Amino acid sequence: MSIFQEALSTAFALILQRDADLLEIIGLSMQVSLTALFIACVLGLPMGALMGSREFRFKQSLRGIFNALMGIPPVVVGLIVYLNLSRSGLFGALELLYTPTAMIIAQVIIILPIIAALSSQIFEDLHEEYRDLFTSLVVPPHKALLAYITDARYSLLTIILAGFGRAISEVGAVMIVGGNIDHLTRVMTTAIALETSKGELALALALGIILLLLALLVNFAAQQFKSFQTVQRYGGGR
Amino acid sequence: MNCALLPIQINNLWLKAHHKALLRDISVTIRENGITVIMGPNGAGKSLFIRCLHGLSQPDSGMINFAGTPLNSDIRQRQALIFQKPVLLKRTVQQNLAFVQRLRADILMADIEKVLEQVGLRHLASQPVKQLSGGEQQRLALARALLLQPEILFLDEASANLDPASVGQIENVLLDARKKGQKIILITHDIAQAKRLADDIIFLHHGQLYEYSPADEFFTRPMSEQAKAYLDGQILI
Repeated sequence: MSIFQEALSTAFALILQRDADLLEIIGLSMQVSLTALFIACVLGLPMGALMGSREFRFKQSLRGIFNALMGIPPVVVGLIVYLNLSRSGLFGALELLYTPTAMIIAQVIIILPIIAALSSQIFEDLHEEYRDLFTSLVVPPHKALLAYITDARYSLLTIILAGFGRAISEVGAVMIVGGNIDHLTRVMTTAIALETSKGELALALALGIILLLLALLVNFAAQQFKSFQTVQRYGGGR
Repeated sequence: MNCALLPIQINNLWLKAHHKALLRDISVTIRENGITVIMGPNGAGKSLFIRCLHGLSQPDSGMINFAGTPLNSDIRQRQALIFQKPVLLKRTVQQNLAFVQRLRADILMADIEKVLEQVGLRHLASQPVKQLSGGEQQRLALARALLLQPEILFLDEASANLDPASVGQIENVLLDARKKGQKIILITHDIAQAKRLADDIIFLHHGQLYEYSPADEFFTRPMSEQAKAYLDGQILI
């Protein structure tokens, strides 16, 4: 049996058996990544809207920084978070190192620039379209912001999914700040790295397949939500 | 009923871009209610002129007063502008109007029904705007403007490129608004439409005011050579 066939059968066996350890790892992966995604959206979407629709000093510099940070290596983020959360670090007293919270912090730092930088372009295009109308209607800034988010929701959904993809597949940072501790901070990606290092390639690949299925499931759910919203609002046919 | 924002006094209005004067020393006082039509060839500065009156473009110098008060956001809230290309939110017809209703406490849900009826879009209330035709989109923009119950309504070639039925519907709504005492200032290239609607005409060319006169005088005895040439269908350079 080839390694791919073995990996596939192992993956299906793990899913069908509802392996408790696997479910725990999947649960923690989803919990960490979705929490990080939620926080990054709450912070990043208003930032994107501000950069896309307001003129202020150093706006272009800020954009440049966010654009550059989109490509920041996760291990560097992990190292920075580690240094700050370690006992001698700035936030050492909080004792967050090797906890899911530390992993969430690292993932927020990784995906926040993606959400903010990509959404700012969408908001800028929409602002260009709506600017005169909103000035004419004397729309207050907070209502304009809400209108931008509402009207760009489907484009933003794609960015949010990209953010989720980056978070769920990330390994370097969560390994450093989470420590891959069994039953505490072990997530899908760190489990794959561990099994690979142990030479359990089929199991590692099986976990990889499950991770891929999870990502597909989330994307499918998002697409279904989008279609459902369209039917609810417009009665289908679009 | 007289429009409380009259007279509109415009004094020595200048607007330049890239060292080129787009509006040149325009001074005019619009005192009368009714429909003022702004005419002139392409590039005359007509759109820029009403953008300045509505506060969307800032003149380099000059003064614009409404009933003696300089333009501010309070005055802008008492005006509405319909753009040549309708700008609509990416929502349904009803939701576009509900957005405006949430901005102003004095607008009721019943008012939405009323304006939809007025512009003939009630049956399309739940349609997304991207499924509307050009004429329907422009009528929705008109409905949104009417919902604001503006004292001054600006229209920037709002019926250009529309079919005769849509143009007729828009004109009927404007004539109705005039009866109610709303001041209407509209830009059009359509001389027949100007003859049907205008009480007075402002004629601009190269950013300069060439004429401001009652409509019947403008069409029968235009004072400037440029206006004469424009009405004769000659190309103005």
